[in-house]
Amino acid sequence: MKVLGAVWTEALRLFLDDGRFAGAVLGWLALCWIVLPRLGLPWGVAAILLFAGLAGILAEGALRSARGGS
Amino acid sequence: MHVVPSVVAAFAASLVEFIEALTIVLAVGSVRGWRGAIGGAAAALGLLLVLAAMLGPALTRIPLRAVHLGIGTLLLLFGMRWLRKAILRSAGVIPLHDEAAAYARQTAALRAAGPAPGGWDPLAVATAFKITMVEGIEVVFIVIAIGAGGAGLLVPASFGAAAALGVVVLLGLALHRPVAAIPENMLKFGVGVLLCAFGTFWAGEGMGLVWPGDEFSLGVLVAGYFAVALVTARVCRPYRPALDA
Repeated sequence: MKVLGAVWTEALRLFLDDGRFAGAVLGWLALCWIVLPRLGLPWGVAAILLFAGLAGILAEGALRSARGGS
Repeated sequence: MHVVPSVVAAFAASLVEFIEALTIVLAVGSVRGWRGAIGGAAAALGLLLVLAAMLGPALTRIPLRAVHLGIGTLLLLFGMRWLRKAILRSAGVIPLHDEAAAYARQTAALRAAGPAPGGWDPLAVATAFKITMVEGIEVVFIVIAIGAGGAGLLVPASFGAAAALGVVVLLGLALHRPVAAIPENMLKFGVGVLLCAFGTFWAGEGMGLVWPGDEFSLGVLVAGYFAVALVTARVCRPYRPALDA
């Protein structure tokens, strides 16, 4: 049981080891899901915005970790 | 269209995970005996197969758009964490993954636990079982996440993972030492890019967004994440810890 508990903890950490980073990803996805389809943006722009936000979160998260922020 | 990237992503991701598991299983086998090492690893592989057989078909009963959004979200949480680590390794902020060092650490820890008893060694079984489960869960998730993205992708993704397992088992049998020659850190960087691209594409599909060029935009996403990761690694480089003189 102890081994299975350790496996479960490790499995959770695969997705959520940095709350701020995971929160930013989830928040951006939720915002895109709710807002983007309603804005009536020109063809393809919504998809580009989705990528741009995620790329920004990735870069910020890496830079924050490098500076010792997490 | 997605078949080739699916096989490549599943193969490369599974290869790095299985190599990490092989290092520890080899350490267990050489210090505590092969019976417990192989028994623990085999038990975990059996359990993982059951898990994959249960989860894979269950996803086909959920509407595809919901699956795309859910799997895309999980793939992004997993893939962005993975890619961020690869960026930090590439920038020199955190040390590169070293299989030889991991092997040395594990063998020292196992030796410190005292001599192995005769018959089944609980420590050997538990250690091999745990590492195979931890790395294997990642493989199962990647295969199911990639396979659930479209009709007929589960089999190619499973094939990629099975091929990686075959390669690693053969390498383990042939070498009897950790596989250090494979450029694991470079592979991890590439896999992170692929996982983020797949995750973004499917999350967008699940939201009902239109991708310019439809499925071909997956290639553009791969190029986009690759460029962002390379630039970020460069920006992070000044934050490398200073080496001791």
